[in-house]
Amino acid sequence: MNKSKRDWEPRLVGFLCNWCSYAGADLAGTSRMQYPPNMRVIRVPCSSRVRPEFILRALQKGADGVLVAGCHPGDCHYTTGNYYTRRRFQVIKRLLTFLGVDPRRVMASWISAAEGGKYQQVVTEFVETIRELGPCDFRPTNGQIFVPAADERTDLGVVS
Amino acid sequence: MKRVGVFVCHCGSNIAGTVDCAAVVAAARRIPAVAYAEDNKYTCSEVGQEQIRKAVQTHNLDRVVVAACSPRMHEATFRKTIASVGLNPYMLEIANLREQCSWVHSDRQAATAKAIDLVRLAVAKVLYNKPLFTSTLPVKKRAVVIGGGIAGIQAALDIAEAGHPVTLIERSQSIGGRMAQLDKTFPTLDCSSCILMPRMVDVGAHPMIDLMTYSEVEEVDGFIGNFRVKVRQRAKSVDHSKCTGCGECTEKCPTQVPAEFEAGLGERKAIYTDFPQAVPNKPVIDRDHCRYFLDGKCGICRKVCQADAIDYTQTDRQVEIEAGAIVVATGFDLFDPAKYGEYGGGRYPDVITGLQFERLISASGPTNGEIRRPSDGRVPETIAFIKCVGSRDEAHGVPYCSRVCCMYTAKQAMLVKEHAKDSKVYIFYIDVRAAGKGYEEFYQRAQTDAGATYVRGRVAKIFPRGEKLVLWAEDTLIGKQLELEVDLVVLATGIVAREGAVEFAQKMGISYDGHRFYSEAHPKLRPVDTNVDGIFLAGACQGPKDIPDTVAQASAAAVKVCSIFSKEELETNAMVATVDENICAGCFHCRAVCPSGAIDSKILHAWVAGQDVTRRVATVNSGVCQGCGSCAAACPSGAMNVGGFSNEQILGEVEAL
Ligand SMILES: Cc1cc2nc3c(=O)[nH]c(=O)nc-3n(C[C@H](O)[C@H](O)[C@H](O)COP(=O)(O)OP(=O)(O)OC[C@H]3O[C@@H](n4cnc5c(N)ncnc54)[C@H](O)[C@@H]3O)c2cc1C
Ligand code: FES
Repeated sequence: MNKSKRDWEPRLVGFLCNWCSYAGADLAGTSRMQYPPNMRVIRVPCSSRVRPEFILRALQKGADGVLVAGCHPGDCHYTTGNYYTRRRFQVIKRLLTFLGVDPRRVMASWISAAEGGKYQQVVTEFVETIRELGPCDFRPTNGQIFVPAADERTDLGVVS
Repeated sequence: MKRVGVFVCHCGSNIAGTVDCAAVVAAARRIPAVAYAEDNKYTCSEVGQEQIRKAVQTHNLDRVVVAACSPRMHEATFRKTIASVGLNPYMLEIANLREQCSWVHSDRQAATAKAIDLVRLAVAKVLYNKPLFTSTLPVKKRAVVIGGGIAGIQAALDIAEAGHPVTLIERSQSIGGRMAQLDKTFPTLDCSSCILMPRMVDVGAHPMIDLMTYSEVEEVDGFIGNFRVKVRQRAKSVDHSKCTGCGECTEKCPTQVPAEFEAGLGERKAIYTDFPQAVPNKPVIDRDHCRYFLDGKCGICRKVCQADAIDYTQTDRQVEIEAGAIVVATGFDLFDPAKYGEYGGGRYPDVITGLQFERLISASGPTNGEIRRPSDGRVPETIAFIKCVGSRDEAHGVPYCSRVCCMYTAKQAMLVKEHAKDSKVYIFYIDVRAAGKGYEEFYQRAQTDAGATYVRGRVAKIFPRGEKLVLWAEDTLIGKQLELEVDLVVLATGIVAREGAVEFAQKMGISYDGHRFYSEAHPKLRPVDTNVDGIFLAGACQGPKDIPDTVAQASAAAVKVCSIFSKEELETNAMVATVDENICAGCFHCRAVCPSGAIDSKILHAWVAGQDVTRRVATVNSGVCQGCGSCAAACPSGAMNVGGFSNEQILGEVEAL
């Protein structure tokens, strides 16, 4: 991932729940709403599927910002998932602050399947925020991340 | 070695117009695990699918990435495609190049770079895909219908007519619900009893319907196809197998109790049926009021009963029913007008509710169908109806429209003409909502034929003056203050959720909205489903509804039930949670966050140094699990995982960033 200051472009990851936010992002497409191409989307069944380590690992791997988007409170396809997301986020933000990462680099947002416009707006604004914050430098100081070899990892059943 | 095939779709010019598909294919070919890559004009077309099949076979591919439109569009299509050439259908991932790339970006270079990234992510994920399998569960072909109003009656009859056994559970002494309390019904003015009673009788006599009245659901567990419903049948104190329904006991019973059915305007006995045409037409003893149960004296009913059916020793009975599907049809309550202090807060006897008015005009009601004031029995010369009492009133926590009050008020205005033709009728309204088949015409008739005067404005205050009631209001159409003296005021009270709706919903595991009405799974496309598979909604428990809509919804719920019963076995969701028992520590954080109650515990045994060592671990019921993955996020050790969205798959994507 190229991080030389001059041609730096924010790299964002979005974990979108399948039922609302991913569908909202699709709707933005169907409605041809334009937004910056900096977001890479990872589809998850529910916002509550997002393990905090997914977010941390994304930052370690060079993401400058992470969005987790789910259904509006009360609308989660699984009823309560997004309430856990909301609570987990309080903790994650504090953890990041503790680790010296600006907590504005992660954000949670509620985007319904009908809110293509909101998705467009959230992505656009988030890209701007991250552009102002600059590149994220959250990598192990020795430049190495412990990642077990792919096949080992599957066998272990654990990724940590 | 894993062998991935990548198929990039042009989607005509939808994708190819903004994304350089050839460049995407070239980039895909450079990924080591990609054994084959190509682009097609329309991958979803028969030609495109055939290309995939051919490539899988000639290049010996074991997993596939399709870079095309949203997975919400064609994931199912391509799963079938690869399954038809022997791959597990879940060995597929989709890169969304259309809705989330070509359609939202116009810079060709940036869009192509993003498309390449999306394909890399999908390949990184598919490397960790594992074959997933559905399993099957047997279906118990019995339905439980809860609530015996018109909704429950219709649903039970439709299911039973389709040949499936039904248990209908009703809390009161009789089925019938609110509709039994009504006199005539809009928009046809046919008599409510005349159309309802035959159906009640059908329910009572149907060989496939097991009617349990005076009963309440205590507990529900299980899942679609295999629910267990615990029901408590309250002691009726009358042996219904002996009772002939002669009514002698009710006649002689010395205790008078306010009758629920008469909405507070009439009385019943302590041994009673809800109304004369009740089904079952055999009485129960209300132990809270019966003298025998209160102080051991009396026993008159037992003395007069020729059939020897009175049994004071009966006890509540617990019954457990196994059912494949459940219909919830528990109906509604009415807004309590005592909350309107400005209308007397329930202190003026001649300010009544619409439901009480229905009882007044009913030939079988407390006044035998004559409109008489509750205070002095006089026939009122002027009657004022006030609409939207407990509807569209944010201040009282009911911002929604109750949908039936405009129509039932118009109906009642017309019926005034039938019952007291010299009485003058005023109707105070905010708006008139008559959006049903024949409804607008019906409302017009209330003005033209029945001569009701519609006044637009909310009534600010009601207070007594001598024998009369005075109304202060504003006619907002002419901008003038009004004072009106009337003899009777009828409040068109709105529809609210049943008392205890929240506790009931929690028992069932279904969700409810901000006004405690039960929530449908999707407001437009799944209007009778709930968030729990196999539990359906019918009638006003889901939201205010008139009889035609209630019946339509009930029949829809019945069809849903029958479609479950049309199969011998149900296929479960393949993308569900799994536990790695080797590392599960038995902390059960997963159980706390699971919204479907899919997690149980089980004991593992191991022989360690000649001893039986036990360990408690989590286990997932794959028939109940919906695959949300909350558990996998909460699990501290990573023992919980979700098929199709596993930790490895998602981290694979993250690492490809
Ligand atoms: C004053 C008034 C006039 C109306 N006039 C008309 C009209 O003219 N035309 C028209 O189309 N509509 C009219 N309506 C609307 C009509 O009453 C409803 O559409 C209809 O009654 C809804 O039926 P339901 O079966 O959903 O609910 P309900 O009639 O409320 O039946 C629910 C049943 O479930 C039972 N129950 C509740 N909880 C439980 C439990 N936990 N366990 C077991 N059983 C339970 C109740 O005892 C009841 O028998 C009127 C409504 C009112 C208030
Ligand atoms: S399904 Fe969207 S947040 Fe749970």
